[in-house]
Amino acid sequence: MTLPIKKSELSNGLTVVSREMHHAPVASFWIWYRVGSRNEKPGQTGVSHWVEHMMFKGSPLFPPGTLDRTVSRLGGRFNAFTWIDFTAYYETMPSDHIGLSLDLEADRMVNAFMDEEAVNSERTVILSERHMYENQPTFLLHEELTSAAFRVHPYHHEVIGDEIDLETMTREDLRNYYQRHYAPNNAVVVVVGDFDSEEMLAQIEEHFGTIPPSEAVAPVLRQEPPQRGERRVTVTGPGDAAYLVHAYRAPAATDPDFYPLVLLNAAFAGGSSLGFFAGAGSNKSSRLYKALVAADLAASANGSLTPTIDPFLYRISAIARPGRTLAEIETALDEALSLLADEPIGQIELDKAVKRAKAQFVMASESVTGQGQMIGMSEMVAGDYGWFESTLEQLTAVTLEDVERVRIHYLRPENRTVGWYVPSANGSK
Amino acid sequence: MPDRTYPGPHNIHRTVLDNGIVILVYENFAAASVVVEGYLWAAALSEGRERAGLADYVAGMLMRGTKRRSFDEIYEELEAVGAGLDFSGGRHLSEFSAGGLAEDLDLLLDLLSDSLRNPTFPTQEMEQLRGEIMTGLQIRANDTRHMAGLRFRELLYNGHPYGYSTDGYPETIAAITREDLELFHARHYGPQGMTLTIVGAVKADEAIDRVEAALGDWRNEAWIAPPELAPVVRPNGKLEDYVAMPEKTQSDIVLGLPGPPRAVEDYLDASMANTILGVFGMMGRLGERVREEQGLAYYAYSRLQGGLGPSPWFVSTGVSPENVALATESILVEIERMRQEPVPEEELEDSKLYRTGSLPVGLETNDGLASIISDMELLDLGLDYLQRFPDLIEAITPQSVQAAAQKYLSTEEIAIVVAGPPLDGDPSLRSG
Repeated sequence: MTLPIKKSELSNGLTVVSREMHHAPVASFWIWYRVGSRNEKPGQTGVSHWVEHMMFKGSPLFPPGTLDRTVSRLGGRFNAFTWIDFTAYYETMPSDHIGLSLDLEADRMVNAFMDEEAVNSERTVILSERHMYENQPTFLLHEELTSAAFRVHPYHHEVIGDEIDLETMTREDLRNYYQRHYAPNNAVVVVVGDFDSEEMLAQIEEHFGTIPPSEAVAPVLRQEPPQRGERRVTVTGPGDAAYLVHAYRAPAATDPDFYPLVLLNAAFAGGSSLGFFAGAGSNKSSRLYKALVAADLAASANGSLTPTIDPFLYRISAIARPGRTLAEIETALDEALSLLADEPIGQIELDKAVKRAKAQFVMASESVTGQGQMIGMSEMVAGDYGWFESTLEQLTAVTLEDVERVRIHYLRPENRTVGWYVPSANGSK
Repeated sequence: MPDRTYPGPHNIHRTVLDNGIVILVYENFAAASVVVEGYLWAAALSEGRERAGLADYVAGMLMRGTKRRSFDEIYEELEAVGAGLDFSGGRHLSEFSAGGLAEDLDLLLDLLSDSLRNPTFPTQEMEQLRGEIMTGLQIRANDTRHMAGLRFRELLYNGHPYGYSTDGYPETIAAITREDLELFHARHYGPQGMTLTIVGAVKADEAIDRVEAALGDWRNEAWIAPPELAPVVRPNGKLEDYVAMPEKTQSDIVLGLPGPPRAVEDYLDASMANTILGVFGMMGRLGERVREEQGLAYYAYSRLQGGLGPSPWFVSTGVSPENVALATESILVEIERMRQEPVPEEELEDSKLYRTGSLPVGLETNDGLASIISDMELLDLGLDYLQRFPDLIEAITPQSVQAAAQKYLSTEEIAIVVAGPPLDGDPSLRSG
């Protein structure tokens, strides 16, 4: 039994969104902070993600080394992630132990330790994380591609941060950033699962109600100016496989063009996971697959669109088959996009895309963790859980004209950044 | 439990069809979806090193054309309803996994049956898939963690059927013919012992009827069971190797030994030792030492698979090239500590609580339920396994954990592989 979503706000500005689901004796508690790499300034790139790491290094109620053990001992799962638009923490627990989450998250919202020694120990861990990503061609390509696509907006840099900033970041940088952004008025609690809402709200009030709000965080003003022509980047690195990405400037989650573009992507490329837990499934009946993979040019090809606060990117990616060149693949992709103009998406393809999205939505909503993620993400990128709840209605309302309109507006060569990963001749084997 | 007890003999419906197919159904009406998961005894063990990758290649071809449907038709039907169906070929089994809305269960079962029974292996599709596999192998060759793991397996199980990659190698994939695919399918795909687990918004008797309608008349008299597995010889010394990947930023280390199969009596003792060593909390003792204390790595964990055979019990970590020796040493110290010292009661208690307490979260979704129910059948754990599990865990003692660590782990007789840029300061690991 799944009950309606409830939303309220404590007097200190903390937003609380809850949903009772009683299909299993589990509950998922999330806290979302409205801070991500979009809030970072040059010289401090990676600070949001580093603060997230420090939140696992101890607080008065959970001294160093006890947090993970306490959650695990009670049979819980926990994790955290930092993204361009937000930072989120969650614990999914047997429901009789969900109170631990409230103790933990209220404590580390304001009391996380950040001593010099712990900061320096974490510095090498984070550098190691960055180096792990650097071992992947896709990371190397995306880092260059995104920075070429955004000259002004802080979406310019990767969430992990630039190496030099990770080497020079100080304890004070981290502390100041933490104190500025971790406050009830900059956070949303999402709790989903097997509990009584009234009791849960009372508990949340008791744990978080006395935490004072902080000054409002300055809005991100550095919006990206319009793109005036195609941009291209080439990355050379080890390996034998070559990668191509077409990254088009895309609308924000709340833009009326967002859902039509979701369906254009679903119809053209087969993807429609909306960036949520459930995968997008296979895309072998899509036009993109037929044009690139079935034509023996690429080993795989897909499209992805993520809901974001500010306009971000719609990416079409492909990996070349042995013996095929990126130029060949790019030509075929451009032909497939031209064909999309000559033979626009039809009603049958649109209906199929909507049905796929509905099925994936049902599967993603199945778990308390999945629900918590979708509700919280909606609150972060759209300021409203209703964005997620109304997904199916919004998709159903999209017309063929809408799809054609967004195709014409967004899928233009002058609106894109093209990235090539070219394997170096002396690549390692 | 307020709303549901763990799956057990009282609510898992088990039926065996005349042709040998085992059906397990667990009703879950929490969401309008359904999951179908299962396996059959088409094993990579039957392919041999010279045809490495054949079983998985066959699995990949099942949905690329059947007597009733073309490749395009199969995916059109499947994707039109947002459902998924996948096959893969592993060392002991070939597996399948399907999911979709409950209203589309008939379609899923029909596609499953058609793919298993009627594949036609069209030449054009075979070549297309070959290219995709080859690209995957290129990507693997450029991935430090995969390459360390691959070389580790070859070194540890030298000459044994566990010693090669079931994804294959460029030369084996290039040599596989259409006849190889057809012959493997004809000899190794059959209903004998095939198991199918259905979890979701469907009534058990209805689900069983539908499976019987789709697969009840399948017979394959030519089916050949997988070969017996030769015993594994443990290394009698330290086996070390290095995979040179000079342009990489970071090195990956994989080290370990053959682990116990699930069927041995002290498996849960070994499994508990693994939880303590590299799983509990944030990657157990390894995470505590290598990540938290030393700050050497983002990940340092251990895994024990415990399937049908002696799969590896291994540790994996990624570190800067200059820290390879230090990280390796730290990991060996922690392994030796598992052998030399009994685990403190309190630490063992933590891991016991974790193993039993995490069941409700693991069993929340249809996928999680299907996976454990399927394992109960495959590994002969009994349908009452979840009811017995707390007592089995409670019976583990510091002594039994230490005994398992001493029996299965070693710091002297072990395989250690590093993949990445050249190493400084450790000449023994420089060549490879």
